[in-house]
Amino acid sequence: MTKYTLLIGSLEKYFGRRLVFQGVNASWESGFVYGIAGSNGSGKSTLVKIIANLISSDRGKIIHKENDKTISSEQLHNFLGFLSPYLFLYDEFSAEENLIHFSNIRGIKFNKQLFDELMNKVNLFDRRSDLVRGYSSGMKQRLRFVFALLHQPRLIIFDEPTSNLDSEGKEAVYKIIDEQRKTNLLIIASNDESDLNVCNEILNIEDYKK
Amino acid sequence: MKSYSLFKKDWLSELRTRYAVNALAMFILVTISVILFSIGSEKISEYLTGGLLWIVIFFSAMSGLSRAFVSEEERNTTMTLQLIAAPSTIFSGKLIFNLLLVFLMNFAITILFIVLFPSFALKNFLLFFISFVFGNIGIAVSSTIIAAIISKASSKGTLYPVLSFPILLPLILTLLELTKFAMDGNSVEASFVEIAVLICYDVIMLTASYLLFDFIWKE
Repeated sequence: MTKYTLLIGSLEKYFGRRLVFQGVNASWESGFVYGIAGSNGSGKSTLVKIIANLISSDRGKIIHKENDKTISSEQLHNFLGFLSPYLFLYDEFSAEENLIHFSNIRGIKFNKQLFDELMNKVNLFDRRSDLVRGYSSGMKQRLRFVFALLHQPRLIIFDEPTSNLDSEGKEAVYKIIDEQRKTNLLIIASNDESDLNVCNEILNIEDYKK
Repeated sequence: MKSYSLFKKDWLSELRTRYAVNALAMFILVTISVILFSIGSEKISEYLTGGLLWIVIFFSAMSGLSRAFVSEEERNTTMTLQLIAAPSTIFSGKLIFNLLLVFLMNFAITILFIVLFPSFALKNFLLFFISFVFGNIGIAVSSTIIAAIISKASSKGTLYPVLSFPILLPLILTLLELTKFAMDGNSVEASFVEIAVLICYDVIMLTASYLLFDFIWKE
């Protein structure tokens, strides 16, 4: 399996005149789980969004590499699996239709076998043909895991992975994390103790406020 | 192919939600009815019907074409799209969707004008057809990029026509001129300058849109 590396250099972000963080440096690689900790509003989600190239930083750089080959920002979406509570799928489509559309837009063949496997893992298989509109917030959160993993990404970012989940759902999430950590680079942004306990290394965003 | 898949997703979504199609159909119906009522039994000139045609097209485009990006923003699915495709794929997919909408909408408006306004008589149909095709492309490209710009703003409804007016004005003026030529029976060769302006407008808007979209799309 190829090696995925993420290099973060002197990252700095302001919202207006308010400093979110500065001087964030890290070198992370596949095979490990990295945690981003901090209180509510501390900038955890901002940091993961910058890593995922969804928003820009004010200073510093992020380099994604697969086997020492730099991945361009245009191609990053092929390597990235992202989950967060503020990620929404299309309500007017069923879970399966949503994922078929996403695979087609990515330009990859819809992997029905993996889809069924993931839907089983998150306990949504029986509801795969229901419109997402009818899903509860916990079910939507479970479906986001299928969205994040179906294209078999190398960098997986889970922002608050266990929010809205019951204990059974949380257990399924930790099982998924255990499987994915063997080959991929996992980043978990959370302030939940049990989420951070599965991490090999934790970056506390509060340490980068001055 | 990826852009086509995005277009397909948007089209299927549109068939289920009817966000844009209903707005457009209602707008066209209401506007043409109001024009008919206000004219009454008066006989209006050919040129005036040509002008009215492009006015209806302009305002119909304002009422429906912004949905391409605004609906993503309203449903909070913008980030989902950012995570699955490159910006150029997104823009192309949305542009194909708007092209289809513009062609369907303008075809319906033109047919209604031909049927309901006896003074809307075209002597050179080929010239009108050429202006119609390139005009529609221009309207679709401009509306798509403006929709992307305004989708993150808080007062989208006001901003869209305000931004569109100066951008679409040269296009609409050229189209008015060409429609007048088509009504007069001018040849395509004699209208070459106006057709060239129309094609240049489309090329410039398309190039500028692809260059700009990367910056607009990323927060």
